[in-house]
Amino acid sequence: MGRGALLVLADGRFPAGGHAHSGGAEEAVRAGRITGAADLEAFCRGRLHTAGLVAAALAAAAAAGADPAELDAAADARTPSPALRLAARKLGRQLMRAARATWPSPELDAVARAFPKGAHQPVVLGLTARAAGLGPSDAAYCAVYESVSGPATAVVRLLSLDPFEATAVLARLAPELDLVVDRAVAAGTAVPPALPAASAPLLELGAEIHAAWPVRLFAS
Amino acid sequence: MSGVHATARIRACADGRGGTALPVLDGDGPLAVRRTRAAGDEARVMLVGAMSGPLGGDRFRVEAEVGGGARLHVGSAAATIALPGQLKDEAHYAVRLTVADGGELRWLPEPLISARGSELYVTTHADLAPGARLVLREEQVLGRAGEEPGRLTSRLVLRVGGKTVLDQELACGPGAPGGWDGPAVLGGHRAVGQLVVVRPEFAERPVAARIVGEHAALVPLAGPAALVTAVAPDGLRLRRVLDEALADLG
Repeated sequence: MGRGALLVLADGRFPAGGHAHSGGAEEAVRAGRITGAADLEAFCRGRLHTAGLVAAALAAAAAAGADPAELDAAADARTPSPALRLAARKLGRQLMRAARATWPSPELDAVARAFPKGAHQPVVLGLTARAAGLGPSDAAYCAVYESVSGPATAVVRLLSLDPFEATAVLARLAPELDLVVDRAVAAGTAVPPALPAASAPLLELGAEIHAAWPVRLFAS
Repeated sequence: MSGVHATARIRACADGRGGTALPVLDGDGPLAVRRTRAAGDEARVMLVGAMSGPLGGDRFRVEAEVGGGARLHVGSAAATIALPGQLKDEAHYAVRLTVADGGELRWLPEPLISARGSELYVTTHADLAPGARLVLREEQVLGRAGEEPGRLTSRLVLRVGGKTVLDQELACGPGAPGGWDGPAVLGGHRAVGQLVVVRPEFAERPVAARIVGEHAALVPLAGPAALVTAVAPDGLRLRRVLDEALADLG
């Protein structure tokens, strides 16, 4: 099935709540690790090859029909930060609500029942792609793109960065998105899935620091 | 031509008199294991790297098995330094730890230093029964003083009662996927470490997440375990924060 459905799912305006999350960029800006477009690019590149790769492999595996409960447990093991586990489940629940309204499917209903507090977002993303008639590669593309577009959009707001510069950062990363998708699809569609576990210490630490702030612009 | 292949094996079991016996304690090639003075009911073992290494192409493996009621403490005599070898191949260092119900392992080796030009893949698998206890420390230092690091990939997998509780891989150094030294991953820090603490009582009473020092956090995992993740400018400051976190856990 086609690109039409992929554009609907990948659209930043798809009502799944992602805009409220900065992907760790808010804490990195506050800590002085992101001060402009060059830092943003290095941040996004690091996130892409770690959290982005893992999310894309989970999404590809879910889209290929792997057991959602096993994938959700694998996501937990790859997410040591409880703040990030909570954020991933909240985002998963919001996406689930949008997905069931958009592409109703018994599979989505079953996972929604099994995970009342939400399954990890990349798992729900893969199931949503499946319900929309899309494949593992489409799901992986949505995941890797989200892994960099979230921080880029957030940094435009946090630093008043020129939106053209932020978009240029994303465009420069595009060839690497393709490479990460290839790796994620190969790993996620292996039987059983050979899920990567790439981690980013500062994203994990930053998420805990951010969660302890009394006031913040973004939820994570 | 291939690199050095070496295996060290340690098996600890309760000696029936309230102490811990070591029925298996052997190493070959550059990997030696020595029993040192026991502390109470805990047996103590020191890993001694008789040569520098691992070098490119080497395959090292360390296996430790702790039986029910046994308590084992494993340290190392010095830091392990990954060095480039004459072989272009990467080196592998595999650690396999198993702890039975009622057993306790304290795995506290000195840091791993990734020297310029080296290429090392380290894997640590800890497999625990539901009633087992573990303290595991891993420290990686990127380059000797003022030196560029080599390429280092390190994967840590913790399973408790057959369920994977933690699975993490960190890749850094020249040739690692992009962004490893950037603001999302290491941000210029040259030392990174983890402390894993598994206690059956954490299933009912998980630790509360908290920040330790400037660049470390203690978090509850999705299982009866806690994890401290820390980054620091150097190995000394890394050890300080990990020690502080461990003391904090009581």
